[in-house]
Amino acid sequence: MEHVLRQTWAFFFRDYQLTRRYFSWVVVFTFYAVVNSATVVLIGVAAGDRRLTLMLMVGVMLWGLLSVVFQEIANSITYERWEGTLEYTFMAPVSRVIHLAGVSLFATAYAVVRAIVIVAGMLLFVDLDLSRANWGGIVVVLGVSSAAFIGLGLTAAVLPVFSPERGAEATNIFQGVLLLVSGVYYPVEVLPRWLQPLSVVSPATYALSACRKLVGIGDGPEMVAGAPLSACAYELTVLTLMGLVSIPLGLYVFALVERWAKRTGKLKRTG
Amino acid sequence: MLSLGIEVRGLCKSFSKRKGFIRSRRTVAHALRDVSFEVGLGETYGLLGPNGSGKSTLIRVLSTLLVPDSGCVRLLGFRLPGEEAEVRRRVGRVSVDAAFYKKLSARENLLYSAFLYGMERAPAERRVMEILEALGLDGEKFTDPLEEMSRGMQQKVAITRALLVNPPLLLLDEPTTGLDPKSKRDVQTFLEALRSEHGTTILLTSHDMAETERLCSRIGFIAKGRLIAEGTADELKRVSGAETLDDAFIALAGEKLDGEEAGGKKKEEEAVAGA
Repeated sequence: MEHVLRQTWAFFFRDYQLTRRYFSWVVVFTFYAVVNSATVVLIGVAAGDRRLTLMLMVGVMLWGLLSVVFQEIANSITYERWEGTLEYTFMAPVSRVIHLAGVSLFATAYAVVRAIVIVAGMLLFVDLDLSRANWGGIVVVLGVSSAAFIGLGLTAAVLPVFSPERGAEATNIFQGVLLLVSGVYYPVEVLPRWLQPLSVVSPATYALSACRKLVGIGDGPEMVAGAPLSACAYELTVLTLMGLVSIPLGLYVFALVERWAKRTGKLKRTG
Repeated sequence: MLSLGIEVRGLCKSFSKRKGFIRSRRTVAHALRDVSFEVGLGETYGLLGPNGSGKSTLIRVLSTLLVPDSGCVRLLGFRLPGEEAEVRRRVGRVSVDAAFYKKLSARENLLYSAFLYGMERAPAERRVMEILEALGLDGEKFTDPLEEMSRGMQQKVAITRALLVNPPLLLLDEPTTGLDPKSKRDVQTFLEALRSEHGTTILLTSHDMAETERLCSRIGFIAKGRLIAEGTADELKRVSGAETLDDAFIALAGEKLDGEEAGGKKKEEEAVAGA
């Protein structure tokens, strides 16, 4: 067990050290994310609509978290191909589950810290009373929805094995589609009818719906108390199922692509 | 009792590539063609061949990074394909390009590798310092980012990474290419000590005749994916009637080690297999 924990720690350690070395970039990207989030939330302030402001704020916070979880996992193989270390990782005596668990752990921790910074930054721009939100429930929803996003990230992580550049491009397109269809900044009902079915398969749709109930967005303009977690039973069930399906599916797809890459010689350094 | 470190039988590996979009053609490069050889436990075996001859492909197959089309491999008694996990615990590899996270220091890169193999921090750091000292690398450089190190220093860190867990089998793919003469000697001396003190089995690919002759008890010549001759350096010279290993290679392979035919014309490796 200790051996396995140390191997999992290896990936956390590596990603932490890389983040530390690129810290100035982390600061720049986080600054941009805070400013970008603030400009979105200020639309609600300008409209004088507290409900809209809070809805946008939940969207910004949740997308800030889940998109980074997805992005960090999906790009983990891209980074290794650019550095040329992929072959060494793949010939180490580490199971792929441990490898990807280590990568996912760091991605989640990094995304949580970043989301906290973004929310704190936004509160400098917007005067909102969030004391009646069900924060415990929000943490549960974020945890469950992160699992579903980890599964999606694992599936997307194989794309750079086919082609480092094309893979990274495809990952960004996939992420963009998730942003479009999940109702991050607007209700999914405003999407064209032909696009709406996609929102049903996006875990972000359910995470946003649950968080908006828990933070206390009512039907009217007035703020209400955050709903109890039981009010999100449907969303939590769907998110749990998505996590239960997407993580094993992501690992399975990863294993398939790894075998294919070892037959075709695609692990070799490129880029 | 196990007497072979490496046993390769009838190994074949080819790569296909599609060219063109509308009238696409599939070209097939045969990287390894029916390669068979054995390396005894504790033996250092050299594989000499020009660029594109199949040396790196062979090392990748033995490192579990490539699945062969046919043939079988046994490393320390463990079968490939099949027992990859057992092989990975026992094999260290150094490739010609020192692949690292260049922004991280040698210490951080090596600790990452040590954790991957389940080692604890303190013993790993002790072992790293021992190896780096033996390789003649200044300990003060240990915390510098690798991008600030010379190619020779990076290669020494790569060798340290491969030796961290003291593997009984080492696969060295041109480990001294690009090193200055002193660094080259340091690495060669270290490899000799490794063999004599730990009985490590080593497969070494190289272009360097002198290095191969110094380190390897037996040498195989590989060209266009085929193992065309093997024996001791003296046997190869005798069989080919040549005075040097370089001349022996030219006589037996019909091409120079820099990849040119004895007549000077560049060799083509790809064969069109069909549309």
